[in-house]
Amino acid sequence: MIRIITFLSTFLVFAFGSAYADPKKVGFIYIGPPGDHGWTYMHDVGRKYMESQLGDSITTTYLENIPENADAVRAIRKLADSGHDLIFTTSFNYMDQTHEVAKDFPDIKFEHATGYIQADNVATYSARFYEGRMIEGHIAGHMTETNTIGYIASFPIPEVVRGINAFYLAASKVNPDIKMKIIWVFTWYDPGKEADAANTLINQGADIIVQHTDTYAPCQAAQKAGVYAFGQASNQEEFCPDAHLTSIEDIWGPYYAERAKAVVDGTWSSGDTWDGMDKGMVVMSPYNTKLMPASLIQEAVNMEVGIKDGTIHPFTGPIYNQAGELVVPEGEVAPDGMLLGMNFYVQGIDGEVPQ
Amino acid sequence: MNLDLILGILQIVLIATTPLVFAGIGELVTEKSGVLNLGVEGMMLVGAVSAFIILVITGSYFLAFFVSILSGIIMSGLFAFLVLFLMSNQIATGLALTIFGIGLSSMLGKQYIGTPIDGLSPWFFVFFSFLIVFLVSYFFYKTKAGLILRAVGESHNSAHALGYSVIKIRFLSILFGGSMCALAGSYISICYAPMWQEGMTAGRGWIALALVVFATWKPERVLIGAYIFGGVTILQMNLQALGLRFPGQFFSMAPYVATIIVLVLISSNKLRIKLSAPASLTIPFYKGR
Repeated sequence: MIRIITFLSTFLVFAFGSAYADPKKVGFIYIGPPGDHGWTYMHDVGRKYMESQLGDSITTTYLENIPENADAVRAIRKLADSGHDLIFTTSFNYMDQTHEVAKDFPDIKFEHATGYIQADNVATYSARFYEGRMIEGHIAGHMTETNTIGYIASFPIPEVVRGINAFYLAASKVNPDIKMKIIWVFTWYDPGKEADAANTLINQGADIIVQHTDTYAPCQAAQKAGVYAFGQASNQEEFCPDAHLTSIEDIWGPYYAERAKAVVDGTWSSGDTWDGMDKGMVVMSPYNTKLMPASLIQEAVNMEVGIKDGTIHPFTGPIYNQAGELVVPEGEVAPDGMLLGMNFYVQGIDGEVPQ
Repeated sequence: MNLDLILGILQIVLIATTPLVFAGIGELVTEKSGVLNLGVEGMMLVGAVSAFIILVITGSYFLAFFVSILSGIIMSGLFAFLVLFLMSNQIATGLALTIFGIGLSSMLGKQYIGTPIDGLSPWFFVFFSFLIVFLVSYFFYKTKAGLILRAVGESHNSAHALGYSVIKIRFLSILFGGSMCALAGSYISICYAPMWQEGMTAGRGWIALALVVFATWKPERVLIGAYIFGGVTILQMNLQALGLRFPGQFFSMAPYVATIIVLVLISSNKLRIKLSAPASLTIPFYKGR
């Protein structure tokens, strides 16, 4: 009897397994839960888009809430050991862990989000979120009445510092009196602490809250206090309709689909991708027509067009650092190398980047 | 610095510290009876998610908090059953309770993530947290029942020999701890940051545990410790926003460092008595020995 069952099950596996022509397995490592309505949520939206595009030729798995420490090695290795062909690690601080595992599995392809070190089987990808920060800064410069912007920053990595600078450069261009108050919370994900930071900034006179953390708690706090806010990573308008001006949305789906397709076709190669609004990787949520004047919305839309066709760059010289040294000369734009390693504030921002 | 600014800071500190006071005082009572429950974080999360779900379904804040506290009683009751009747190891069981709570709350809350709710004003709970610390302190040091509870935590064999039911007293203490942790969790998801997000307590359960040690098992010191921690966190945010250079990382780590220092201090026996650590903490009680 047992023999018959064994035979039957073996037969079934072969009969149906071959019908799917060996789908490629794609794995994801998430830093938070897919329900954060922020960073991880958008990676998960991307994963689902990839599934919808590639259908039966892939299967996907994800591991959520993976801390950026030795646990990440275990998690990545687990995906590698269980026969995944392509693994996306979706946070900056998975960098060392990704490379550690990738060394042991040369046949498996890895994709590290927001990283800057590549290997034969490790590609990196990121989006030019700072393009969106420029538009937010422009809007904030017009909308603020107290001339005080509250900025909730997570960790002092180039990605975050770049956003602050892009925001400030645009805001101070339209409103030279603008002041930035920045709080580093040293976490991506803690709704309570994010709300505390927002309330602290509002208490100190900020009437626009900008966040580089993952939940909609700051936007909620802004709504409650009657000030404006920008959402993060996904459209957060439904949580704070009277505060939300716009959000920068991260659109990963097309990139994920393209890279998975390359693995299916056997054409994948390592590389570095850093796309922005022109490729649709960074998208602005619908501008809030209730709160913003039509002329300002038009300016923002024009800016989007300029960024897409390359006539506007958020880091166009002259740009000075806090010490007053010229870092980008007039008429030039900051090279990608400088942007990728940005660890200084531009002139006009108070305080120092924590070391 | 004007008065409005200072009042504003004070408000934020009060709102941010309250969950630590609830969870800390609950765990303190549990530990005073001689049981260490490391499941604080898990119970907080289950409390947070159950309050949120009930609020979304019924729209009643009262029912939300009621069911949340009930969930804390069930979770801690499970723990109490395992450690008091099946004599399982308290540390391992408590850790398992946290892991269980994280998983259970994620599962229950899956479809409620991102559901908007109207937050409740925190001020009643802020007041209540002070009241509960006062009541626990009064109970411990001014009532006979409190003395008995402390005796059970110090030497369960002596208490047993005097005719007190060690198991019953510990069971009730654990349930009180569980209900306070659930209250802390529901405060977070309904008042503090009105939303449900997986793992949204973000380590506050562990800070509460650390606070109990830091407070050397004294109720009023839990309150003081919680406010030192909450105050420092909010103060450093204010200093940052004022543009002063400030090592934020240091203050994220401070409560843990303080706890380690206290732990090192009480590992010497003489001091331990002075610092009033319950002598029977984590030691299982076998009836009839």
